[in-house]
Amino acid sequence: MQVTFLTQLLNGLQLGSIYALVALGYTMVYGIILLLNFAHGDIIMIGAYISWIVMSQLGLSPVLAVLLSVLGCTLLGVLIDKVAYAPLRNAPRLSILITAIGVSYLLENGAQLVFGADAKVVPSFIDTTSINVASLQLSPIALLTVAVTAVSTAVLSFLVQRTKLGKAMRAVSEDMGAARLMGINVNTTISFTFAMGSALAGIGAVLYCMAYSQATPTMGVMLGTKAFVAAVLGGIGSIPGAVIGGLLVGFAEVLVSAIGLSVWKDAVVFLLLIIVLIVKPTGILGRTMSEKV
Amino acid sequence: MPNEGSKNRRSILVQMETPNLIPERDLGQIPVLQAEHLGIDFGGLTAVDDFNIAMGPTEISGIIGPNGAGKTTIFNLLTNVYKPTRGTVLIDGYDTAGKSMVQVNKMGIARTFQNIRLFGQMTVEENVLVGLGNSMSTHLLHDMLRLPRHWRQEAEFHDQAMDLLGIFDMQGLAKTKAGNLPYGAQRRLEILRALGTHPKVLLLDEPAAGMNPNETEELMENIQKIRDEFQIAILLIEHDMNLVMGVCEVVGVLDYGKIIAKGTPDEIQNDPRVIEAYLGKQGVN
Repeated sequence: MQVTFLTQLLNGLQLGSIYALVALGYTMVYGIILLLNFAHGDIIMIGAYISWIVMSQLGLSPVLAVLLSVLGCTLLGVLIDKVAYAPLRNAPRLSILITAIGVSYLLENGAQLVFGADAKVVPSFIDTTSINVASLQLSPIALLTVAVTAVSTAVLSFLVQRTKLGKAMRAVSEDMGAARLMGINVNTTISFTFAMGSALAGIGAVLYCMAYSQATPTMGVMLGTKAFVAAVLGGIGSIPGAVIGGLLVGFAEVLVSAIGLSVWKDAVVFLLLIIVLIVKPTGILGRTMSEKV
Repeated sequence: MPNEGSKNRRSILVQMETPNLIPERDLGQIPVLQAEHLGIDFGGLTAVDDFNIAMGPTEISGIIGPNGAGKTTIFNLLTNVYKPTRGTVLIDGYDTAGKSMVQVNKMGIARTFQNIRLFGQMTVEENVLVGLGNSMSTHLLHDMLRLPRHWRQEAEFHDQAMDLLGIFDMQGLAKTKAGNLPYGAQRRLEILRALGTHPKVLLLDEPAAGMNPNETEELMENIQKIRDEFQIAILLIEHDMNLVMGVCEVVGVLDYGKIIAKGTPDEIQNDPRVIEAYLGKQGVN
């Protein structure tokens, strides 16, 4: 019983880590330009296809697949911002939100057109033989996922808290107009935010493919929605909040599946969201947004 | 501006009914801030019309006027937050037309806001640092890898930030969240953040708003101190007559978007047009 519990705990941690990485992208972009980037989940889908192309079609090494997936996602994120969102920087928020939905559909249907609707099998990146510690069977993928997420989150926090670029990002997220008047290049700062969020999505794509080893055009939809829920749960705009939210959603899903109610796992996640929104509308670590005059 | 030839630097002759009011010590130098026939319309409403100014490099000037006269709009025009419908703005002799807010800041203009707009979640020191490092997006690699250059720069910026905070004796508050500061301290911090961008002209939007008479008194001294120490021009908008009359060398009175009077504080205080704008027309008796 205890062994099962620990295994499930690790499973929850693994799934939660992936959600956390994706949620970070949502929360960073929202934090800086108040945009719910609905295309974020689909960036992960593209990352998964890149891994598939590199390993399965070109027969190249997993290391290269990881690098190209992360790089591809990063560039895609910046490109989407430049082409679709940047021209609407001063437009009403609804316009840019709808554009994000449009970009999301474009990516999904574009992928379906190019790769077809059937699932592509992504080869395994690493040796998946379980590691036995005492009576526990530990999945190396789960361990790697948790470690990579921890490191990525640490690097991100460091970047946001301790670098000049991070200061610029926080300044822009608080007051874009005042930041401009203090000489901060807002467009560069926003591009960096998209780059970082999308790089995390790329890492998330690789970790997701390691766990579920397939790519489909719509794989980003549910993953993106769950990560979005995680970001809102934790308090959208808050980086530690995204991690906490991601882990919570991961644990909730695994727990519900473990007690034999796996058909209910999605419902439970959204129920969790509803409860948190009723009790604390700003999310767990969210701060109340004061109205700008 | 280093990237522009000095051939673009110019002085425009500002046509005014009143004689040029630039203080004697600044005569002969290119005015640091010039505006000619500046105006903006919002739809059918003319918010500011025919605004002219020429400020010497170390001049302290004020704009007063009733609520809604267009004072903040003038600041927004000078800093390119709004695109003027008419007229020209020159900062240190260079035209600001077509420049972004960031570029205008780098040309030498910085401002505070009527409703305080600090980065409230960041510390006091970070707020000043944001102003100081306005080439923020560069050197990410140095920052991430903590190369020696990073530490040198960090130390240099820290010293500069502390020097700035020292102007208002705020070094002890460096690690406090800006949003948690008392109101008066927030106003002072906003001035320091703007000063950090190394402006040639500093615009203060109602710096004494919400301050008690003692704080206002202190602010007056500080405005003069900043001018003397940094040798910059300061243009302020204020309701507080004591402050304007006490610290400004030239005062302009704005009413319905137009400057209706301009002169030294003494002249302004006795100008019937000003009294009319503030108190209404005097009855015949």
